Amino acid sequence: MNRLTTLLTGALVAAGLAAPALAQDPVKVGFVFVGPVGDGGWTYEHNQGRLAVEQHFGDQVETVFQESVPEGADAERVLTQMALSGADLIFTTSFGYMDPTINVAAKFPNVKFEHATGYKTADNVSTYSARFYEGRAIQGHIAGKMTESNIIGYIGSFPIPEVIRGINAAFIHARKANPEVEFKIVWANTWYDPAREADAATALIEQGADVILQHTDSTAPLSAAEKAGGVIGFGQASDMAQYKPSPRVSSIIDNWAPYYIDRVQAVMDGTWESQQVWHGIDEGMVEIGEITDAVPEDVANEARALMDSIASGTYHPFTGPLTKQDGSAWLAEGEVADDGTLAGMNFYVEGLTGAIPN
Amino acid sequence: MAGISIELLLASLMVAATPILFAAIGEMVVEKSGVLNLGVEGMMITGAICGFAVAVETGSPALGFAGAALGGAGLSLVFALLTQVLLSNQVATGLALTLFGLGFSALIGQGYVGIKPPPTGSLDFGPLSDIPLIGPVLLRHDLLVYVAIALTAAVWAFLRYTRAGLILRAVGESHDSAHALGYKVVRIRVLAIVFGGAMAGLGGAYVSLVRVPQWTEGMTAGAGWIALALVVFGAWRPWRVLLGAYLFGGITVLQLNLQAAGVRVPVELLSISPYLITILVLVVMSSDRRRVALNAPAALGRVFHASS
Repeated sequence: MNRLTTLLTGALVAAGLAAPALAQDPVKVGFVFVGPVGDGGWTYEHNQGRLAVEQHFGDQVETVFQESVPEGADAERVLTQMALSGADLIFTTSFGYMDPTINVAAKFPNVKFEHATGYKTADNVSTYSARFYEGRAIQGHIAGKMTESNIIGYIGSFPIPEVIRGINAAFIHARKANPEVEFKIVWANTWYDPAREADAATALIEQGADVILQHTDSTAPLSAAEKAGGVIGFGQASDMAQYKPSPRVSSIIDNWAPYYIDRVQAVMDGTWESQQVWHGIDEGMVEIGEITDAVPEDVANEARALMDSIASGTYHPFTGPLTKQDGSAWLAEGEVADDGTLAGMNFYVEGLTGAIPN
Repeated sequence: MAGISIELLLASLMVAATPILFAAIGEMVVEKSGVLNLGVEGMMITGAICGFAVAVETGSPALGFAGAALGGAGLSLVFALLTQVLLSNQVATGLALTLFGLGFSALIGQGYVGIKPPPTGSLDFGPLSDIPLIGPVLLRHDLLVYVAIALTAAVWAFLRYTRAGLILRAVGESHDSAHALGYKVVRIRVLAIVFGGAMAGLGGAYVSLVRVPQWTEGMTAGAGWIALALVVFGAWRPWRVLLGAYLFGGITVLQLNLQAAGVRVPVELLSISPYLITILVLVVMSSDRRRVALNAPAALGRVFHASS
């Protein structure tokens, strides 16, 4: 019995690394996930991308993945193991894998690495990310129009540029839609902890927020919003359609599949090169989920118009005049933020309260 | 502190503390019988999905909680079989139980992602729930919050005043002596382990059916380990464990509220405060070393075999 249980446990652990059927010398693609593939958000969408790769290439690829890998030293061990087991291309799908990816990549020059949402590259390390802030701008607009208490709650994960960019983009457009709007921000200090995310949402709702924006990976904040009643929220990273039509009134959907297929193809063709990719609504990496009937028609139309103008490039969510929180000027009238500043954004815009944690 | 409502805060504190209280009280009884089961997290998450699945299939939260207790107890029976009958190492088996529980629950849970469970209603205390302060804080919860407190009291009374409780403690202090006196050491320990499993299952189901309420993989996110720590820092005393659970739950909720209210305290400090303050308070309370030594079960984690 003892052995049986050990075997069973081993099998479950191994299931995370299980590989599909072998073909002749398939390209082996590894994925490292920060949460479980069933999180219904961030990791779920990356896994959908992995499945799309499998479907597209069939026997020509073999994919492996490991879920719930902590950011930090553990990630280095997982990456090393993947590289040693013969992976040709490895996608590391969370910001906190940045240094582990760079470290392991230096040891395996023949393995290609793709790091999501980071900014460090090497000869065999590319970065890729999506312009989620474009979607945040649309959420901000809807939130500003929909709030009655004029308090919008925001659940942050970690104070990294990507999250701060989202807060700023949402805030700028919420204020544009409704000058009375205030943001209350809670840092959950986790990407994935449903109980804490729900608690954070509840705390914000208790303090008067009637719109909840989240930058954490699970559907728990929407669940808390639904329980509280009269509160709306947005799907994060995935459509989270099960909470339609309310509390989920729209969503940002990350569509990684085309990019993943593209990069695997590049490895097969031998044309893979280190690059930095940052795609938005225009390229389809960021999708805006259906705006439900819970949003009045005119607001929904404004949101769609905003989406179209961002997609066509006629409007940039960070267009001046914009001032930093400390009152110093950032962008002049009509000036548009450059990608370098956006990629390293570490300041709030004027009007946001509270300090960014270090 | 503008914007923080004390009433709402205290009320959410009780909700946040309940899952770890269930698990910790259960584990305390297990440890009092001399068994260290590190599989609390695994049993909690199994309870979370079993409770969720049963509640969804039957439409009854009550049956869901019963299913959760059964699920947790079922998993703990595996532990009991391995450690009590086959005499495997308790630490390793407990850790394996956690790994197994996490994987097993993810497997059962595949069909339950994105489903909403039937709502667990609050108890109706009638006009009593309108008493200022006491009403909103204490009398507007679901039944399980009170069950957790009642079980704490029951366990306290059981261990302190009943013969059976005395026997359980005797087994935990010296299984050889207890065996020599004719007590069925293995049977008593198995019962304690099953009780601990059922309690952990209830705690898990409280997360998936009331606190969040939904199913997502790995959703207990370490609550089982907190419960384990509380038992030690609470010096194996039921009321201290309850205090620890409420402190931890309370500060977790408070720090989120403080953040939302925009209090100028570094977020890093706020985030570790639940762990820090709970441990500090309990350590200070239990600082009399001799009495703690008396309270720690002497046979904790030791393997018992009648022939030895």
